[in-house]
Amino acid sequence: MSPTDDAPPSPVGSGRFEVLARRPVHLDGFAVEDPSLGLVALHSPFDPTPSLTVLDGVVIEMDGKTADEFDVIDAYVAAHGIDLEQSARAMGTSDLDLARMILDPAVSRREVAALLAGTTPAKLARVVAVLRPHELIYALARMRVRATPSIQAHVTNRLDDPLLLAADAATAVAYGFRELETTVPVLDDAPSNALALLVGSQVGRAGALTQCSVEEAIELELGLRGLTTYAETISLYGTETVFRDGDDTPWSKAFLVSAYTSRGIKVRVTSGAGAEVLLGEAERCSMLYLESRCVSLARAIGSQGVQNGGIDGASVAGSVPNGMRALLAENLMVMLRNLESCSGNDTLVSESDIRRTAHTMPVFFAGSDFIFSGFGSVPRYDNMFGPSNFNGEDLDDYLALQRDWGIDGGLRSVGENEVLELRERAARALAAVYGRLGLADFDEAHILEVVHASGSKDLSPRDERLPLAASSAIRERRITAFDVVRALHDTGFEVEARRVLAMVDARRQGDYLQSAAIFDEDMRVLSAVTDPNDDAGPGTGYRPSAKRREELAHSPLARSVEQLLEHQRRDEGCLRVADEVRAELGNSPRDVVIGVSPAFATSLWVATSGLTVAQMLREILAGLEEEGCQGRVVRISHSIDLGVIGLSAARLSGSGIGIGLQAKGTVLIHRRDLNALANLELLSIAPLLVLDSYRQIGHNAGRHAKGMATVPTRNPYTDEAITARYHAATVAMVAIERSAVTDQPPMELRLLDLL
Amino acid sequence: MSDQSLTDAAPTGPSYDEVIAGRIGADELRIEPARLRHQADVARAHANPQLAANLERAAELSALSDADLLAMYESLRPGRASGDDLRQLADRLEREAGPLCAQLVREALHHYERRGLLRPSSAQ
Repeated sequence: MSPTDDAPPSPVGSGRFEVLARRPVHLDGFAVEDPSLGLVALHSPFDPTPSLTVLDGVVIEMDGKTADEFDVIDAYVAAHGIDLEQSARAMGTSDLDLARMILDPAVSRREVAALLAGTTPAKLARVVAVLRPHELIYALARMRVRATPSIQAHVTNRLDDPLLLAADAATAVAYGFRELETTVPVLDDAPSNALALLVGSQVGRAGALTQCSVEEAIELELGLRGLTTYAETISLYGTETVFRDGDDTPWSKAFLVSAYTSRGIKVRVTSGAGAEVLLGEAERCSMLYLESRCVSLARAIGSQGVQNGGIDGASVAGSVPNGMRALLAENLMVMLRNLESCSGNDTLVSESDIRRTAHTMPVFFAGSDFIFSGFGSVPRYDNMFGPSNFNGEDLDDYLALQRDWGIDGGLRSVGENEVLELRERAARALAAVYGRLGLADFDEAHILEVVHASGSKDLSPRDERLPLAASSAIRERRITAFDVVRALHDTGFEVEARRVLAMVDARRQGDYLQSAAIFDEDMRVLSAVTDPNDDAGPGTGYRPSAKRREELAHSPLARSVEQLLEHQRRDEGCLRVADEVRAELGNSPRDVVIGVSPAFATSLWVATSGLTVAQMLREILAGLEEEGCQGRVVRISHSIDLGVIGLSAARLSGSGIGIGLQAKGTVLIHRRDLNALANLELLSIAPLLVLDSYRQIGHNAGRHAKGMATVPTRNPYTDEAITARYHAATVAMVAIERSAVTDQPPMELRLLDLL
Repeated sequence: MSDQSLTDAAPTGPSYDEVIAGRIGADELRIEPARLRHQADVARAHANPQLAANLERAAELSALSDADLLAMYESLRPGRASGDDLRQLADRLEREAGPLCAQLVREALHHYERRGLLRPSSAQ
């Protein structure tokens, strides 16, 4: 049989799949696992089998290669990266036993790190691959170097606007970020950006570290002048070819790290899965093994810490099975090498809010030396590193997550007025410094725009060459941190001048060159030395202080019962009651009693929907009247339960039909022969009810009274998180209802001028 | 538990008044080599001999100017230096900085020769 012309077209495909295909996760790239391209997360069949042979204190064979076969990475790690006193025991212990030791509170963190210092890169990768995600989370909490967790911010904008950078730096510090990283859309703007960040970071609170991520030589120059206080863009790679393409060797990197260190500048290196795959040079190895080579090299060259967890290649890892898990395992390897972990989460890994949040949560739960190596503290569009996994738009979400879980994620909430004041101070301080040093003049309108701006799109167009001119002057005149101190002092910003000088003093002390160092806001160094992580299971490890717990619990979004009830007063008296008299049993078959709750029109005047008690009653009474029934309003004071209120009303009603109505708006129709928990009709989602809902309840109650069929009212439906929005308010209203309960018998309300 | 026992007080840097009076040059931004060696001791006591070695190399490098540091880093990048260049660099470091940095460069030379990382025209 062939289809006739007028037959409806037969549907093609599934509507369900069509809906799924439109979800953001479908924009993400997912790759078929392929070891030949390095597209494999935890283990490739081409990863070497862990091995180590030592002769007379020298490594002559490692991970399947003899010394003459070593590439530069093997060679450096074999010569400097392995503790040969521990290696026989470490290499002789099974992967599983080492993995168990990492989680065993009976073995101290120090012992674990000491033993694992004897592992080769291949061995370390195998050990962390044993751990499942929940085990990785605990391992991170236990093995990170510093007890107190912290967080780094990206502070950048599309224009390299110096005033905006300074204001955003001060804002980030107010939120609690302790390291600020900037970069440039225009390379030659780097000196101006570094200076803006330095000044802004010391407004409001002391001690935030700053860096400007640019080409190695310029970055070093900025550090030498004291315009930045740390560096982290010293990239390491897991294969020799990529290392060479990156124009470095392990020895050049080791020299560079020592060069920074020689000037008292904190430094960490950067690696992370996916970089080698992206460059087509993964040598058929797993991302985890290649990253283990990077981490082992980082330790070997004497870096105090590592930024990893994917970084620029995070989405490559995210495209393969177990990829997100491998990123977490990368962070753990850094900690196991006893180095500071700056744990990634700085690249938007997915178009899906669910996936990107899930990527960050394990590190958030565990805590890290830096949970983010760049939370985008500015709007997404202004992040010149590309959007981070969390951005300025997500700050309140992040604060809510801290509060939900009682977790110190490094941030605190800040009030709008405080932010405005700090932004103004930062913008004015920077304008003063640029003016005093003859770098640039800023007009008042520019300052005010910056104070109030969300991001660079809120600024009027101006000469975009300003940062470039300022940068040239900074370089040519060899401006240093001392010049900044003087300029701040001379223009009346003495507090900030002293804080910038304190950063110079700290550099001369060098205590922050130890692993995982930050300054707290009183300029105390928190590091592996002064604040070591001593987590050994429940009851040990980092606990937020009482002050910090208060900050975590505080939310500007939270409302007390009093605040939640403030708006009730606006409509106080909207329902005028002439008199309350003892309610009698009705005798008319058209009599319908509306039972109202204890605090109805005494303390509570507005329902969660925003309708007033008068409006709800007016509609119900009108509906009844349109059905030829008479409504009587009776206060039921002995219960706040709507079923009891409705049933009590029905039992007083001549028709046997009653309506129960709570001040918050929930309403039902009851009949005197039912039990309290049953009812005829119920509208339970009070926040969504409208005038017409109550009119229809009146109609239907009237029809029930007359013994006629009704079209039951239906609860309005929404797929929004309606309970999340209203439950706090409901709890406050229920508390008021509860406090109004008495043993007073039902009282009829004689109403004035309602209809 | 806090362990401050290894962090002695450092020699004080320039005072605020000295800085604002303009009497302080850029050299005063630098950490003293003795202080770096002290930090190396702290790192070693905290089970990180590699960080300690870096701090000791840094103490040696503090004798060199910023420009020298940048130039030496550049010459250690792939394909920049001949074997002789690196030998001379090592000798110079031995004289002007110290044995640890010289050793680092000699080790680089050995592996650069082996892995073809010397300047192509002069590769042996």
